[in-house]
Amino acid sequence: MKKQLTIFLIIALVLLGVVGPASARKVEITYWQYFYQTKKDTINELIEEFEKENPDITVKHLTFPYENYNTKVASSVPAGIGPNVINLYYGWLPTYIDAGYLQPLPTDHFSPAQIEKDFFPLVKAAKINGSYYALPTAVRSLALIWNKDRFQAAGLDPESPPKTLDQMVEFAKKLTKTDQAGNITHPGMTVDINKQMHHWVREILVRQFGGAPYSDDNRTVTYNNQAGYNGFEFFVELSQKHKVGKVGFFTDDVTAFKSGRVGMYIDGSFRIGTLNALKNLNYGVAEIPSYNGIKSNFASFWANGITSYTKGEELQASIKFLKFLTSDKAMELWLKNVGELPAKPSVAIKDQNINDPQYGPFIKGLEYAHATYFVDEVAQRQVWIDAYDKVRLQGLSVKKAVDEAAEAEQKVLDKYYQDK
Amino acid sequence: MKNCFKKLSIAQKQTLWAYVFLFVPLVFYLVIRIYPAFNAFYLSLTNWDIVSVEKDMVFFENYFSLSEDPLFWKTLGNTFKYVIYGLPINLVLSFLIAYNLNKLKWGLGIYRTLYFIPFMTSLVAVSWVWRWLYQPLPLGFFNNLLSLFGIPEQPFLMAPSQALPSILAPTIWVQMGFQVIIFLAGLKAIPQSVYEAADIDGANNRQKLFRVTIPLLRPTIIFLVITGTIKYLRIFTQVYSMTYQGNGGPLNSTKPLVLYIYNTAFQRFDMGYASAMTVVLFLIILVITLFQLKVLNKDD
Repeated sequence: MKKQLTIFLIIALVLLGVVGPASARKVEITYWQYFYQTKKDTINELIEEFEKENPDITVKHLTFPYENYNTKVASSVPAGIGPNVINLYYGWLPTYIDAGYLQPLPTDHFSPAQIEKDFFPLVKAAKINGSYYALPTAVRSLALIWNKDRFQAAGLDPESPPKTLDQMVEFAKKLTKTDQAGNITHPGMTVDINKQMHHWVREILVRQFGGAPYSDDNRTVTYNNQAGYNGFEFFVELSQKHKVGKVGFFTDDVTAFKSGRVGMYIDGSFRIGTLNALKNLNYGVAEIPSYNGIKSNFASFWANGITSYTKGEELQASIKFLKFLTSDKAMELWLKNVGELPAKPSVAIKDQNINDPQYGPFIKGLEYAHATYFVDEVAQRQVWIDAYDKVRLQGLSVKKAVDEAAEAEQKVLDKYYQDK
Repeated sequence: MKNCFKKLSIAQKQTLWAYVFLFVPLVFYLVIRIYPAFNAFYLSLTNWDIVSVEKDMVFFENYFSLSEDPLFWKTLGNTFKYVIYGLPINLVLSFLIAYNLNKLKWGLGIYRTLYFIPFMTSLVAVSWVWRWLYQPLPLGFFNNLLSLFGIPEQPFLMAPSQALPSILAPTIWVQMGFQVIIFLAGLKAIPQSVYEAADIDGANNRQKLFRVTIPLLRPTIIFLVITGTIKYLRIFTQVYSMTYQGNGGPLNSTKPLVLYIYNTAFQRFDMGYASAMTVVLFLIILVITLFQLKVLNKDD
């Protein structure tokens, strides 16, 4: 009996010895983002690094096409499958937080005070109902991008982009070329509202003409006044009065600029990589032109959050991974590989970055940038596209169009805030 | 059990086996088609937003909101525009082509293939190619063609007044391939003896067309009208591919109901509201189809 017990104990010990290391088995967490080649590669590089530092964690990385990413995420929620750490556009956060999809970042690891000290103020857009739900690696802002060859051809100094709106219009007129029938063949600037230009109108022009797009609590639309009318009128007049551009020229503004026919346009820092890939495009980047001495910019970001069903050791691993993704090191790599700007001033605002001819103007813009507190980014963009179409295609007055836009957008905001 | 099976006649066994094999697609059909369809009825009574766990019953609230939603009426109107403008043009053109092709002594195969190719091409590809053809100057083919004759540039997809017809054109072009083939088959099935009889009675070509050919083509026409109506009522891919960000613009002038349903469900995540629209669309298709069957079949 005693002998049997001893054997049993030995076997038990051996088993424990075997089971022991296995119980400290690897934790696997899953990360989702949309597909963008440089982003995918950079995350893979970061994961490799992270797994080296944390040999007990493996990170599974999945990407989905951008066009369907939001739909994919949303439909994964009721299906009960999905990632532990997820990359979401900040404008989508309210929807997912409302649905209970994300958990607030644990304050012992991500204290709100520390976040507000470390990150650019615009990251506050991820603070909802008093808690932070997601943090970005990088942020993006807008800048004026100009084609130096077009400037040269128009007799302008290719190294001096416009500094004010008045100058911008003046330059744009000189840059515009038409054929004999009067059709624009080389626009001075792009005038499509649907890509980044609606941000220009909303957060930059409205402010430069003396207004503010929303109330301080972001619940009320406040651009339906003279400042809003004037700001939007400035934008409308580019194509309707000054005729320096044509809506839909080369399908959209990015393609048009890439074709080399456009003098100037406004786009985000994320586009630098795309433009650099074109060898024949000789372009420069400048800060957004000011007006009335007012500078403004629009910033946005994709942020990483942790899903609410992530618990226990997966949660611990996810926290570690999120910390890693928002580390200074990750931000520097992101700037280098992807071209998006570090989300912390301490990393972004360095001489070498500010003086960088391509990233400098974007980083300078960050200091005075605003992030729109979107509750339904798709619908809120559509409101401005419609306003522009109504003026151009239906001859509605600018005032009426802005009033209707404000009314429509207020409805979107009210629907979201009604039970808050 | 084994004995039971043995007692059956061969014919009974074959029937039994037929049912066994049919069972598989039947289950598939029930799970993939019928169940979600019925689920849509249930969802239309909730305010489910796809990400929430619970689905709150709101009963007929979605339907009441629908009746007050100007965009719903607008998209419904657009949907009918597609049917009313698209289908008759499509049928007449297809019939004319098939009628004339039928008289060909040689080369029928080549023509048939040429007309059928667009129908076999991916609709997304067709839509994007046409979208590029419609581009403004200096890119668009049509506008370059117009300017060659000194005609001013047309906005096509970019103006509310022209966008819907611009989307209809490639749709008709694609659908024609299918309809021509069906019409041809219908024409070939009309026995020659009927025409011989008409000749003996001294009928002219016009009389033969309206008194013989068209009446005898009725089953073909019924089939094409019904499938065509349903196709046009569910128009989606062309509009999604040919308008900016698949939004059915400009100013919703091309947005059909199906696209509005898609946007509501998968961009705004308002599944309840989208389901309510689906139910309405289902009822519309049902009523129209029953009506068409009754009217077109009345003489039989």
